[in-house]
Amino acid sequence: MTENIFIDYSLLILFLPLVSFLILVFTGKRLPRQGDWVGIGAILTTLALSISMFVSMLIEYEPGFSHEASFSWINLSAFQVDLGFLVDNITIIMLLVVSLISSMTHIFSTKYLEGDIRYSRYYAYLGLFTFSMNGIVLANNLISLYMFWELVGVSSYLLIQHWFEKDSAADAAKKAFLTNRVGDIGFFIGIMLIFSTVGAFTYSDIFAGVADGTIGGTILTFAGIGLFLGAMGKSSQFPLHIWLPDAMEGPTPVSALMHAATMVAAGVYMSVRIFPLFTPDALTVVAYVGGFTALFAASIAITQNDIKKVLAYSTVSQLGYMILAVGTGAYIAGFFHLVTHAMFKACLFYCSGSVIHAMHHALHKKHDHETDPQDMRNMGGFKDKMPVTYATMLIATLAISGVPLFSGFLSKDAVLAGTLSFVIHHPEHFFLAICGFGAALITAFYMFRLIFMTFHGSPTKKELIDDIHESPKAMTYPLILLATLSFFIFYTLPSVNPISDHGWFKDLVVPQDSFVQDSAILSAHEIEEGMHHAHYLAMALSLLVAGLGIGLSWMMYYRKILSADEWAKKTGPMYNLSLNKYYFDENYQKYLIQPVLKLADKVAYIDWDLYDKYFINGFGRVTDWISRITGRLDYEGIDQTLVDGVGRSAGKMGSGLKQIQTGKLQNYLLFVLAGVIVILVFQTI
Amino acid sequence: MHSLESYLYVSAILFALGLYAVVTRRNGIAVLMGVELILNSANLNFLAFARFGGVNLAGHIFALFVIIMAAAEAAVALAIVINIYKNYQSINVDEISALRQ
Repeated sequence: MTENIFIDYSLLILFLPLVSFLILVFTGKRLPRQGDWVGIGAILTTLALSISMFVSMLIEYEPGFSHEASFSWINLSAFQVDLGFLVDNITIIMLLVVSLISSMTHIFSTKYLEGDIRYSRYYAYLGLFTFSMNGIVLANNLISLYMFWELVGVSSYLLIQHWFEKDSAADAAKKAFLTNRVGDIGFFIGIMLIFSTVGAFTYSDIFAGVADGTIGGTILTFAGIGLFLGAMGKSSQFPLHIWLPDAMEGPTPVSALMHAATMVAAGVYMSVRIFPLFTPDALTVVAYVGGFTALFAASIAITQNDIKKVLAYSTVSQLGYMILAVGTGAYIAGFFHLVTHAMFKACLFYCSGSVIHAMHHALHKKHDHETDPQDMRNMGGFKDKMPVTYATMLIATLAISGVPLFSGFLSKDAVLAGTLSFVIHHPEHFFLAICGFGAALITAFYMFRLIFMTFHGSPTKKELIDDIHESPKAMTYPLILLATLSFFIFYTLPSVNPISDHGWFKDLVVPQDSFVQDSAILSAHEIEEGMHHAHYLAMALSLLVAGLGIGLSWMMYYRKILSADEWAKKTGPMYNLSLNKYYFDENYQKYLIQPVLKLADKVAYIDWDLYDKYFINGFGRVTDWISRITGRLDYEGIDQTLVDGVGRSAGKMGSGLKQIQTGKLQNYLLFVLAGVIVILVFQTI
Repeated sequence: MHSLESYLYVSAILFALGLYAVVTRRNGIAVLMGVELILNSANLNFLAFARFGGVNLAGHIFALFVIIMAAAEAAVALAIVINIYKNYQSINVDEISALRQ
């Protein structure tokens, strides 16, 4: 396959979903089946193209493969902006992830959203999202990355508020959009800092600028942190994590696609792309944000009862892992975790969707509109009723908990090995290791809590259990596919060693040396070496914490040896903090949003009551007064005196001359005579 | 005194008298008589110029034409006066002011 075909395929992959969006948004409702086949057709074509690119990548097996194509977008002699594509192995893998999860979402939604009032609109927005996400993946410069970044934000907004009749959904969409904006401001400042020093937007130019010292020191640190702020917003990192759990108001397939697998991973993807320009200081910030988020979000997930909220906080926590990996320098491990996480987390979300779907139908049959279909306290004992959902969800849970034989084990292990080697090099940052392993422990615990509460034990609502049925095939097939992809083998071929991550992924995605001129920065090789040394220790520790977490969960929720309620009482204040998500929303409301609203009120007062009423209205009054005067001048001075005066004087002259008209011939003759005399006199003179 | 000026003087006096009659007389027939005087003063001029100004026979011929035209004019004008008299029972030109309306 030639390089040109890569670019052609990328263009098709990018624009097919956009075409589907345009068709659906304008004609969707009039098409048969509300046009879902347009969206599904476009995304399946995209998937086929992505797979063919992926296969050709595997055939070529060239670690350093990279191809760029760009065109000039703005060309003013002193100011030039080029937009373009960068296709390398990371891009190809990411494109496959996006189109695969997106295809699964399209197929899953045919049943999950069957009969929905905005069915075609939903598919249109999915197309818009896929387009913008692929744009992020393909961008070779910060400007188009930023544009697609915002487009992703818009499509997220549109899809979260799919059921905008519900206030909570509309609010959640606004919250997601505005919280993202906070991060995006940092992102934009970062871009501008880089542009003002390096004068370019493309990754390669920026890296060149970093390498030759055009940009460096504090400015580079701030630029890196600024860009990372964007990633924090999009990837829902502390303290901007508040929007992601609320975003679960959107349809579950959307949560799986955007708020678990792809869109929230955009922040991580961006950090991976720009990793070589992070200075050691910036990386420390990144590592602490990621590590803290991983532990912090996990500690909230532990007490949540809404099945989707648990998964949402779990996503935040896993994204924290990826960011932690970037911060500790093991950024390829972070990207590896992104890919594996996309599969098993999407699978978990589809499973929760399947459970909610079943609950919803059962409740509908009983005409029960009070019970919350997402509350795990209303579930239990679904194991035999929904065998496929149970099996796939168990596999995905094993993967996320980091159990050997599953993909999550490999990627989490790589992340933890990176963290451990970083901590061994810099013992003062031991907190990061605590975060990493602590989060792993809690993750295993709450994920099995979810499994036990939903599928095991005796049903809490006995009257519902008979109406719980397995979901239709359009929903279970994506589950089976994604659960299959949660096994380790797909990421390690041709190697089949279940505890080592050696394989095509490691061969093809090679870490790049940082370009920052700093003695403290480690080369990719050194990081690799460190991870290799820390590998067995990290594996032992992660197996230990995963086993501990699963064991605790098993005792508490399966065997009920330990009473969950009693533990909740024993740890009272901490339990309440976790249950109430550390009161983040309340505090933001009190200390951030209310003052801002008050300020807005004040500004509105100045604008309307002072500026508008006195200044603007005063202008109006003065103008009115002036126009009255000029109006009078015009009417009385010009119209009545000048214009009418001409007519009047003509009339007066006419009535004066009328006197001469006597009707007597002799008079006229006299005038003629007088005239002749006058002429004669004048002639002689 | 057989010079051009003496003829012209006589002719001018005649013309002035005719004009005076046309402008001042109230009687329509008197006005016509004034017109005759003006025509004759013109005739006198033609003949005087024919004799002294080198116009030769053309002057004579013009004078003859004027006499013929004066006869025709008198006929038409008298007919008009008769008609006016029939309409207004008067030949006083001051009373005939229908043009004014």
